Amino acid sequence: MAEIVSLAEAVERAIRDGDAVAMEGFTHLIPFAAGHEVIRQRRRDLTLIRMTPDLIYDQLIGAGCTRKLIFSWGGNPGVGSLHRFRDAVENAWPVPLEIEEHSHAGMANRYVAGASGLPFAVLRGYNGTGLETLNRAPTIRPITCPFTGETLTAVAALRPDVAVIHAQRADRTGNVQLWGITGVQREAVLASARSVVTVEEIVDDLDPRPGAVVLPGWTVTFVAPAPGGAHPSYALGYSARDNDYYVAWDAIARDRDTFTRWLSDQVYAVPAGPP
Amino acid sequence: MTYTADEMMTVAAARALRDGMTCFVGIGLPSSAANLARATHAPSLVLIYESGTIGAKPGRLPLSIGDGMLAETADAVVSVPEIFNYWLQPGRIDVGFLGAAQIDKFGNINTTVIGGDYGNPKVRLPGAGGAPEITASCREVIVVVRQNHRSFVERVDFVTSVGYGAGRGDRERLGLTGAGPKKIITDLGVLEPDPETLEFTMTGLYPGVSASAATERTGWDLAIAADPEIIAAPTPAELDALRRFQGSHARSHQ
Repeated sequence: MAEIVSLAEAVERAIRDGDAVAMEGFTHLIPFAAGHEVIRQRRRDLTLIRMTPDLIYDQLIGAGCTRKLIFSWGGNPGVGSLHRFRDAVENAWPVPLEIEEHSHAGMANRYVAGASGLPFAVLRGYNGTGLETLNRAPTIRPITCPFTGETLTAVAALRPDVAVIHAQRADRTGNVQLWGITGVQREAVLASARSVVTVEEIVDDLDPRPGAVVLPGWTVTFVAPAPGGAHPSYALGYSARDNDYYVAWDAIARDRDTFTRWLSDQVYAVPAGPP
Repeated sequence: MTYTADEMMTVAAARALRDGMTCFVGIGLPSSAANLARATHAPSLVLIYESGTIGAKPGRLPLSIGDGMLAETADAVVSVPEIFNYWLQPGRIDVGFLGAAQIDKFGNINTTVIGGDYGNPKVRLPGAGGAPEITASCREVIVVVRQNHRSFVERVDFVTSVGYGAGRGDRERLGLTGAGPKKIITDLGVLEPDPETLEFTMTGLYPGVSASAATERTGWDLAIAADPEIIAAPTPAELDALRRFQGSHARSHQ
């Protein structure tokens, strides 16, 4: 059964230095509040896993929390580059960043394998691409179909230590409900050893929603209320995407000093939120 | 009506989509063009975004592939593993509509790194996203990209997504099920693969664009069709629809 705790306590108890952490949410329901709490608690040497690193990982990379990034598309959607990510890859600032990169289909299938308790997943993909031949990608291998003899691609399962997601709501026993673009969050939670779910609100009853994903409370480790915790992404039914923030981030992240000031004013100086 | 080279490019790209097609849409230029097509000659165009939104009908340009409006207007919203495994991979989708940072004469696309080597690149680009499997599995692919020496190169620095590889026979050898890139639509005109060699050839030019301008802005020895089509300028209706979309896009960024 999920424990309902504060965000600070959830991060404190679920995430350790050196953990592999998957903070998912495909452009919608991105767990920014939880990411900021990880920065505040100064976790180090994390392997961060996420299909679209987005601003949340730009911030965690720039804050020096990250040793390795496993991803498939690292940009500021609709705006341009992730400058902290680029600075880490191109100039090793503030610390060197190891990368392991995939396609979206590959990452999605790696989570599916992890959630399914399998060591790998199979797809038609990567053939002829540079991703397939990278020495640093021992997670992509050809495999022969035992039935047809066809050569397909195997990708290694992702088994993160911790999944972190944001959802619209949970009930008092920790059952979690999310809807709209649900991305790869269910797979990320089921693939991980532990999980932290931040929610817009905790309610008495989860009335049905079309297309909703429900994660039963016994599949979740911690639920923490964090209203607005997806900002500047959004929570369908609760908030709209703050497009201006995504645009403004470009200038903040472009420069190390501006970024460092942002970190100190907007993350370190901010309390963790409601207990 | 006067118009910019980017407007001409977007209009030409929109015209490449036929009504009733299913289209896997990349964000940026391809999304603008696909939405313009739906607003003009192709009202039944099915827009599919990798966020899992199938049959999205946005009333303004989406700002990202996960724009809430895509989910709210879609016929169905599915998970990310499902959009790639059930919808893209089996070859159900007619056309993949993509952008590129670099593209070469065989239509191979790079969105990963430029210059240096992979471990120590001069420029780190966002990476693959959905593109490798979109170019592999859609029945055909259309690429929308501005044409210049940075983007149009003899060989891409990194093959993120395979067009025709090193030429004829490579897609079959690699087991790629879709037919590959059929058009590259640029700010100068349209390129199509040579039926024999599969090397991209300039087969269409916009009004006022000379063949020599296209040659100058290409990083390989560009082949130009003997009698390239002069592509019709945007109609007032096309420009009007495009500007309405882009106006709403600019306003939502304010």
